[in-house]
Amino acid sequence: MLAYIVRRSLYAIPILIGVNLLTFWLFFVVNSPDDMARMQLGMKHVTPEAIERWKADHGYDKPLLYNEKAEGTGKFTDTIFFDKSVRLFVFDFGTADDGRDIGYDIRQRMWPSLALAIPVFLIGLLVNITFALLMAFFRATYVDYAGVVLCVILMSISALFYIIGGQYLVSKLMHLVPISGYDGGLSAFKFLILPVVIGIISGIGAGSRWYRTIFLEEVNKDYVRTARAKGLPERVVLFRHVLKNAMIPILTGVVVTIPMLFMGSLITESFFGIPGLGSYTIDAIRAQDFGIVRAMVFLGSVLYILGLLLTDLSYTLVDPRVRLS
Amino acid sequence: MPAGDGSLCRVTEFMRYIQRRGHWAVLSAVVLLLAACGEGAWNDPYPHSEATQNIYYSSFSLRPKHLDPARSYSSNEIVFTGQIYEPPLQYHYLRRPYALIPLAARAVPQPWFEDAQGNRLPADAPEEQIAHSVYEVQIQPGIRYQPHPAFARDADGRPLYASLTADELEKIDTLGDFAQSGSRELVAADYVYQIKRLAHPRLHSPIYGLMAEYIVGLRDYAKTLNEALDKQGNGHLDLTRYDLSGVELVDRYTYRIRVKGLYPQFIYWLAMPFFAPVPPEVDAFYAQPGLQAKNITLDWYPVGTGPYMLTINDPNRKMVMERNPNFRGEAYPSEGEPGDQAAGLLKDAGRPMPFIDKAVYSLEKEGIPAWNKFLQGYYDASGIGSDSFDQAVQISGQGEATLTDAMREKGIQLVTGVATSIYYMGFNMTDPVVGGNSERARKLRRAISIAVDYEEFISIFQNGRGIPAQGPLPPGIFGYVEGRDGINPYVYDWVDGKPRRKPVSEAKRLLAEAGYPDGRDAQTGKPLLIHLDTTGGGPDDKARMDWMRKQFAKIDLQLVIRATDYNRFQEKMRKGTAQLFQWGWNADYPDPENFFFLLYGPNAKVGKNGENAANYENPEFDRLFQRMKNLPNGPQRLAVINEMVDIVRRDAPWVWGMNPKQFSLFHDWYHNVKPNFMANNTLKYRRLDPELRARLRAEWNRPVVWPLALVATVLVLGLLPAFLMYRRKLHARGIARGKN
Repeated sequence: MLAYIVRRSLYAIPILIGVNLLTFWLFFVVNSPDDMARMQLGMKHVTPEAIERWKADHGYDKPLLYNEKAEGTGKFTDTIFFDKSVRLFVFDFGTADDGRDIGYDIRQRMWPSLALAIPVFLIGLLVNITFALLMAFFRATYVDYAGVVLCVILMSISALFYIIGGQYLVSKLMHLVPISGYDGGLSAFKFLILPVVIGIISGIGAGSRWYRTIFLEEVNKDYVRTARAKGLPERVVLFRHVLKNAMIPILTGVVVTIPMLFMGSLITESFFGIPGLGSYTIDAIRAQDFGIVRAMVFLGSVLYILGLLLTDLSYTLVDPRVRLS
Repeated sequence: MPAGDGSLCRVTEFMRYIQRRGHWAVLSAVVLLLAACGEGAWNDPYPHSEATQNIYYSSFSLRPKHLDPARSYSSNEIVFTGQIYEPPLQYHYLRRPYALIPLAARAVPQPWFEDAQGNRLPADAPEEQIAHSVYEVQIQPGIRYQPHPAFARDADGRPLYASLTADELEKIDTLGDFAQSGSRELVAADYVYQIKRLAHPRLHSPIYGLMAEYIVGLRDYAKTLNEALDKQGNGHLDLTRYDLSGVELVDRYTYRIRVKGLYPQFIYWLAMPFFAPVPPEVDAFYAQPGLQAKNITLDWYPVGTGPYMLTINDPNRKMVMERNPNFRGEAYPSEGEPGDQAAGLLKDAGRPMPFIDKAVYSLEKEGIPAWNKFLQGYYDASGIGSDSFDQAVQISGQGEATLTDAMREKGIQLVTGVATSIYYMGFNMTDPVVGGNSERARKLRRAISIAVDYEEFISIFQNGRGIPAQGPLPPGIFGYVEGRDGINPYVYDWVDGKPRRKPVSEAKRLLAEAGYPDGRDAQTGKPLLIHLDTTGGGPDDKARMDWMRKQFAKIDLQLVIRATDYNRFQEKMRKGTAQLFQWGWNADYPDPENFFFLLYGPNAKVGKNGENAANYENPEFDRLFQRMKNLPNGPQRLAVINEMVDIVRRDAPWVWGMNPKQFSLFHDWYHNVKPNFMANNTLKYRRLDPELRARLRAEWNRPVVWPLALVATVLVLGLLPAFLMYRRKLHARGIARGKN
């Protein structure tokens, strides 16, 4: 297994270089270093001299990808791309264009993102699986039909509507929790209740329907018939046998998302004023801060690769037939 | 009884019940919930202990990037730096037109003039003889800085934190982690040091380029610092070792700034944080290795002498300013405009400021939550977004804005003021079709100016928040003329005591005279296409763009809209490839020069990288500009201004557009609110009634819990048949169960 992990980790390097190159290219297609300088220096009274000085100080005074004037490998290494990319591989994210340390900001902001994402993920998973099992248990009855209809309705509603509607009902009309904001420690609880509940409810539709499909596929298999023939109660059949055998497709979808929980939720964090990494990325894109955009895309890619690796590893835990080699 | 107490009692009974039943998990969850909700209103985003404290609550939507006074230039940053830093001058809070008064200075400095040999000239010396204007600033003695670790000293008087070790740094995450702090008196040398910082190559001050044109020796000083940095490499550059020829320290409380030639507008810059003091030891403190990696920098933790100091800087969540315990005190103004007395704005006359102890600014990225929190009483003041405009304001038949009944019932008040800004549509004067100084092009531009109905635009898209501009100067700026004499006669007629836009037929006539009858080129017969470059291209802008097309269609012109991102738009402006464009300008200072320079020829965008985006060039206008900018406000200057306005109205390089009107709402408990578009340090004038606020908040935010019970009941009733079915299935015979 160790060899497998090492091999997969090595595969990740060209992927990360490719992602980095793509991010770099996409960013500089729409933003030139001059644009970045203007954005940082303000829109008034900006002189060409000030722009040149800013670029020189921030390392944007070199060619983007290929330096014709340099010698040997310098043609590739004495470029903005190389300067800005190579440190990422040792997780040195450098500083943002306003001089702040990106690594420090990421460490600070990942906790609010996790405080929101982990309960949504865990409780949401529990609720979705329970609801899906319930529908599978009552398959082809009014409970199942009503459940599917409910899921379709829930899926059809935009995430933004859940947020604004939730804020309007729960916070504005019922005055039960603050509309937005965040605080540290236990005080964070009252700010997180509503976004967590909204996160769970908005995910029920798609999640439960997906799990229901998986469970229905399993309940018609021979081993389920055998279990029933043994006289096992339906509850035991579902929870002990069906659920266990449905784990591989569930894990495929679930484990890969675990590392991504760090990255935060863009819309929810923005509307609820939660200072997580989701809003950090959006702010950086708006501010044309390449340092942060590059760091967040790189981090996202690393976490996604990690998620895929964890998914593969988790297969071996739930299905002894799976061997990684 | 505070809101929610009854509900809390019921919850307590419920807790006892579940305790008896032994459901500890449920009990834990309830305890956690209660701990989180606290004692006050359940939706109160602030700690209950703050309920009756003298704290101002507001929000910010964009995190400040720079709080270093040499770098900060955005309006969202000046909200903080304006309260912390004290430049020599400030604007009178109540008086209009805007007037400069001393802040840290003893008096508003009056410059004297010198010739090229350094000889002092009389005040009325001809402009061509004046080589330098000298501003001597005397600051008040006894002003002290806020407490800060950079000022902390040991028993021998040596700085405590001037050379931090790695072990010491490990224990420090924020500025509050330093155990000791100190203070010292403000001296003139701190102002001199800050002016030197404007030229620091690593700071990239946004006004360095402009100031290098005026402050003697600043450009050379930047070169000296550049060379010093090249030699020294990374690390702190001690600016006290390098002299700046144009800035002279006279004594402990006096310094002089030598400005090239005549630049009367320089005085306004002395009211901006760019010219606030920075103590050299603070700069050296923040330059220590290791602090930057923890984001402890002057850009993040400002140090000033103002009424407030920044105590929490977490721009991802909230920023908190608290009263500076070392603030010397300053009296609330005793005079203002006529009507200020009646408006209650002089009730606090002569009382020492600031009135508010603490200001908490929370991050609100979206307008809807911020608006709702204002309505719940959790923010003391608010602007009005277009989403909530109809909820807050109604426009009477006479066009007067008043509050809706819902707002009045809450005791909310409205203040409005026309901002010292202009949003205009410019013609690129280098364009062969719409540009140039020919009569043909003038008539075409005037026809378009008549056709684009800004009264309608303001009504539809601005909810009435603006007035059509009659020229480059907005209200509040010297030279702006109201009434009949102030209208643009090329676009408006004065009818029934108010301006009325000329009819479309007049625009069509002008268009025909310009050689485009019915919108077609008289020579080629081809329809005239006009291209508008704009940054708005999203779905939200569609209605606005459709409206704009309609305006041009009124005179049979076809408008082609080229939407692009702001970077590309700026590039087009720099290259002069746009034909028609939309832009705006906010005044830096209340002087007509700050608007006329947008049309000054040598300040053109193309080739000269100035702010004259229309690339307008008229020798007569340029000559008058040079004269006007050096004249003091008075009849002579007004006459020159009127002449300049006449020229640009005739040439019509802009469709003059609109001057936006700012609407602000504030609660009954918030006092001394008067719009001031120039002053940045307005928090110290404001006063709160926290008791009234606490009472109204409790009244407005009583928790409503019955819908939760209703939802629970519906859920139980919905699941009951399912549960019964489950029981039936469980007890059914095997064969029957197998049928499923």
